[in-house]
Amino acid sequence: MSAPPAAYAQPSQPGAALWIGATVAALALWVALYSQLEPFSIWFVGNLPVSPGSHLHEALSFFALDTPKVLLLLTIVVFGMGVVRSFFSAERTRAMLAGRHEGAGNVAAAALGVVTPFCSCSAVPMFIGFVSAGVPLGVTFSFLVSAPMVNEIALGLLFGLVGWKVAMIYLGFGLVVAIVSGWVIGQLHLEGWLEPWVRNLRTAPADLTTQRQTPADRIKAGLDAMRDIVGRVWLWMILGIGTGAFIHGYVPTELLASIMGRGAWWSVPAVVLIAVPIYSNAAGIIPVVEALLGKGAALGTVLAFMMAVTAISAPETILLRRVLSTRLIAVFIGVVTVGILAVGYLFNALI
Amino acid sequence: MKDVKVLGSGCSRCIATAEMVEAEARALGVSVTIEKVTDYAAIAAYGVASTPGLVVDGKLVHAGGLPKPENVRTWLKEI
Repeated sequence: MSAPPAAYAQPSQPGAALWIGATVAALALWVALYSQLEPFSIWFVGNLPVSPGSHLHEALSFFALDTPKVLLLLTIVVFGMGVVRSFFSAERTRAMLAGRHEGAGNVAAAALGVVTPFCSCSAVPMFIGFVSAGVPLGVTFSFLVSAPMVNEIALGLLFGLVGWKVAMIYLGFGLVVAIVSGWVIGQLHLEGWLEPWVRNLRTAPADLTTQRQTPADRIKAGLDAMRDIVGRVWLWMILGIGTGAFIHGYVPTELLASIMGRGAWWSVPAVVLIAVPIYSNAAGIIPVVEALLGKGAALGTVLAFMMAVTAISAPETILLRRVLSTRLIAVFIGVVTVGILAVGYLFNALI
Repeated sequence: MKDVKVLGSGCSRCIATAEMVEAEARALGVSVTIEKVTDYAAIAAYGVASTPGLVVDGKLVHAGGLPKPENVRTWLKEI
């Protein structure tokens, strides 16, 4: 007793034009709002009972400008990301990487890490899925480093808050760190350090008949990503902007420049050591990056800080412990940390 | 009687998927058993790399993200 499947075989798409029209209208509204941010923040802080030029005034100005700005940027980036990611799935990425060897495989994995949907909660199923389908361990690690560190959120917010040059530099060097650390781990041949049940697992990749997606489906995927991600990161975002506002208003430039400036050789390892246990994401860390750069911190030091915060996080490490031995996790953290340190020093030396 | 397995380690999307299957089945009047598969090895054995995954009568039909309600209805109606 089943209804004729014909009713479902052809997904009806009334309103595809409506969805696209509504998206264009929303984008126009977005641009209008974004252009009014600075006057709004000046008006808003001007109405508060704080004297202009005071530390509190500086901090509040930063907060009043960055909160709506980061929120708007995050919304549009996450929406765009959701649409782009509807073209990529973890299964498809895995199929592309399964036949690859180290080298070209590491490059492909790092690049796919930028666009493939990923969150630290999905790190474990993805890791198992990749390794069990025959993706080399080093290639899997390239993906695992690049996915949380170099993604559309990080790039979009850097672009909007700090500038396109820094965003491009971050993209380039983030990919290099992911490619090189995955390659190094591959050369060490540590397959024996996987948990035995993972090593022995061999599965045929799923044969999912790909569901056709209409433009309206992709827009809905973007909206869904927006709800999900903005809902998950807004608290980190506020904390990050609060920290940035504090740095902007209260930390003396000379003090910060002497600690994080180019003159202090030890500042790169120091910030990386501080950053490794800190868990945040791009939305939370970039307002801090913005404030640090504004106070004369060296670019290499700040980029190293951001990479260390996003690439290595305690929750992800704890989850990965279920499939990797402690030794392998230590190697993973060690190799990535060395790569990030190298980027920090290289930058401070070059610029 | 449909045998549905939701593959996922307890993420919010996995719970939402299970709830969606339950609601759609009730609306269609199809009786289902819903089992949540949370063991990583068991999930990987189905060949998925992203959760939530959905298995209907032993066949994998979906992986990664919330499924579309109309697709869920189709899967529940297939024999």
